Amino acid sequence: MTETTPTRGIDWASPETSSRLKARRRRQNRLKYAGMVSIGIAFLMLGILLVSIISSGYSAFVQTHVEIDVFFDPEAIDVDDLPRSNFNAVLAATMQAQFPEVEGTAELRRLTGILSDGARWTIRDLIVENPDLVGETVAVSVPVADTYDQLYKGFIDRETPEQFRRLDDAQIAYFDRLVEEGRVEATFNWALFFNADSRFPELAGLKGAIIGSFYALATCFVLSFPVGIGAAIYLEEFAPRNRFSDLIEVNINNLAAVPSVVFGLLALAVFLGWFGMPRSSPFVGGMTLALMTLPTIIIATRAALKAVPPSIREAALGVGASRHQVVFQHVLPLAMPGILTGTIIGLAQALGETAPLLLIGMNAFITSAPATPFDSSTALPTQIFIWADSPERGFVSRTSAAIMVLLGFLVMMNAVAIYLRNRFQRTW
Amino acid sequence: MTLLAFLILFAAAIFGYVLNRRAALQIRDRGERLHSLGGFHGGYSFLLVALPAFILIVLWLMLQGVVIDRLVLASVADELAGSATGQVQLVLAEIKSIAGGRIFGQPEPWKMEAAARLEALRGQSLVLMYVVLLALIAAMLFLARRRVSPEFRARQRVEGIIGGLLIFCSLVAIFTTLGIVASLLFETVRFFSMVPVTEFLFGTNWEPQIPIREDQIAAEGAFGWLPVLLGTLVITVVALTVAVPVGLFSAIYLNEFASRRVRSVVKPLLEILAGVPTVVYGFFAILVVAPAIRQFGQSIGLDVSPNTALAAGGVMGIMLIPFISSFADDALSAVPRALRDGALALGATRGETMLNVLFPAAIPGIVGGVLLAVSRAIGETMIVVMAAGLIAQMTINPLESVTTITVQIVTLLIGDTAFDNPKTLAAFALGMMLFLVTLAINILALRIVRRYREAYD
Repeated sequence: MTETTPTRGIDWASPETSSRLKARRRRQNRLKYAGMVSIGIAFLMLGILLVSIISSGYSAFVQTHVEIDVFFDPEAIDVDDLPRSNFNAVLAATMQAQFPEVEGTAELRRLTGILSDGARWTIRDLIVENPDLVGETVAVSVPVADTYDQLYKGFIDRETPEQFRRLDDAQIAYFDRLVEEGRVEATFNWALFFNADSRFPELAGLKGAIIGSFYALATCFVLSFPVGIGAAIYLEEFAPRNRFSDLIEVNINNLAAVPSVVFGLLALAVFLGWFGMPRSSPFVGGMTLALMTLPTIIIATRAALKAVPPSIREAALGVGASRHQVVFQHVLPLAMPGILTGTIIGLAQALGETAPLLLIGMNAFITSAPATPFDSSTALPTQIFIWADSPERGFVSRTSAAIMVLLGFLVMMNAVAIYLRNRFQRTW
Repeated sequence: MTLLAFLILFAAAIFGYVLNRRAALQIRDRGERLHSLGGFHGGYSFLLVALPAFILIVLWLMLQGVVIDRLVLASVADELAGSATGQVQLVLAEIKSIAGGRIFGQPEPWKMEAAARLEALRGQSLVLMYVVLLALIAAMLFLARRRVSPEFRARQRVEGIIGGLLIFCSLVAIFTTLGIVASLLFETVRFFSMVPVTEFLFGTNWEPQIPIREDQIAAEGAFGWLPVLLGTLVITVVALTVAVPVGLFSAIYLNEFASRRVRSVVKPLLEILAGVPTVVYGFFAILVVAPAIRQFGQSIGLDVSPNTALAAGGVMGIMLIPFISSFADDALSAVPRALRDGALALGATRGETMLNVLFPAAIPGIVGGVLLAVSRAIGETMIVVMAAGLIAQMTINPLESVTTITVQIVTLLIGDTAFDNPKTLAAFALGMMLFLVTLAINILALRIVRRYREAYD
């Protein structure tokens, strides 16, 4: 391309031509390799992200339990008011029986520290359910405290000098004796799914967050799906081309690009401030998410409606259907797979949305799952945020585990969307 | 209890549908010609019953809380005479928790009375709502039933109502925008009545405290947003330095060199990066990226703060890669085929065609995409909340800890609900600026993209 004077027949075999050609090819290859490297970098980052989350989170799916023989001493238990008995004393006596040589309250308290703080609630629930157990000895399996859980999983290095370790030699010795006696076992951590939040990592679970997210998404769906379809039908099928419909259109496109935290401010000022709706409730969260999901659903629905060929409309009009009948009885059903695909993708985005939920207070510390959408609750992403902020070691792996659960839900939703698209979407 | 109201509403609407449809079909069976199909007569009744009743329930639920609060407060006006707004709110909250059965200590008798009155009012309101609802439903059923006649144009009526509903649906988008603007504007104006506009816009000090005691000297808040803006820009620049080259080269490769099969695998995989929730990126930044950067910095003798702009910006850049690459890919694909063919026919290699012909032609679209990515980066919240700092500093060093607009909004508002001090209101002022900046960038970007598209069509 550098030759400007036309020549009669280029000598393609000459050294300069071929070296020039080679240089040009090299330049082209450089561009190509830069592209490959870029894609490689992106994939590498995705890989590091997934691997680091999984490698830090897998251990949270297992929880170490210890089996203790609890003696419900009639002396220690208040038979008249069972729930308010001193269960700490019962646990201390249990551990004392296990380790008869331990003396002194302080040492005994350290020993009882092997058990999770929730152990007393476990045995309380047991005795309240069967008051006959008073005076009996029962073998109960309770979770161990987080530090011992880390020890059993091998995350605490026994070779570290004692003063830098979170457990001293005596504590490890106690625990090892329990292990030797076969009382310790690691089982699947059902508590991660069936417990609500807790200050103690070994007890904390996602039940409240999953239910909260479910309520929020259900509210979001109920509000944004009909409204989104309605708006799309109006704009695509009925709206006259004028300033007004242009205005709506520009509005929808801009809303799609408004930062999510601004929607949080809107919800805080309008829903909570002006209307006085309950703070931290999944219902308000769902309303906020609905406003954010609306543009996505409208845009997807319009695309799906546009994809239905005009011949269908003309045929229906030709046999005497009204414009409404054409839309609702012919076009809309044909566009439904596309609409559903877009809606599910929009809901998946809403499920991962965090910032607006923080502003309406869905990052509160709540130890019970919400019974209705109007109760205080967290959602999956805000629970991840809370746990990521918690200083206890056990919460690092739990945060990663919660992320894995969240990503699992997202993968499922997207898989359903892809299935719907491949199974039902028609091309004309 | 509200669920029951909606169930009643739904059952009544169905009943209305069946009633009217059957009446219409009876007329038809008598041999008269109906103007509209029976289904439309039924639908007319359904809508006539459901719509007003639905509006009634929603309005009632929205307003009853406010009205009951007012009534209760009015009844204890004597005890509250001379109290500040905050105090009144506290008393109200206490009365509510007493009514909810959570009694702490020994409340004064008048509070117990007020709580009992609150309970009674709530009960009355509920009963009243059901009475009004049932009356309305009955009236509407009757009205709709009377309209059934052979010449009643039920289809037109139904389609008219549905058309109105559709317009309402599309107005929701406008209401949302109005709501955003109104709420931000309202609180921002209140903020500027406490803090001068010039101090906010040109101040270089951001220390949003409020004095807790009257006589406190030290904690006089400062509300100059420039350091916050600067921090946002630093993180945005870092993010774009990661995302733009990687995104552009990926797009060039996918558009020009990749086979169709590679493309069909790589593109969705890249899109996964965009689908990962931002809170996950935030955790990734504090779990992996920030410690790695810190360790690397220390190994070459640099003092790196634990929450650097580099970590937050870098992770944000990863998030933006698919954004840039898909925009650039679209822009490159939109260049007319003739340009590509012409360049290739002149003997240019594919690389030369890309760099000298396609890429320059696609630049407006690519710039539009990059601008949209900038607006994303400015508005991105969770990554910076988790990985960036809280203290505003006037620095452009990406190894230091900086804060951003979104971080400040979230930290100022978490756990604080009283909208009567400059600290919380400052968040709305920042939100207003964020909204305006991102809006301006978006409009500019869309305009560039659109103008460019018109050039070839």
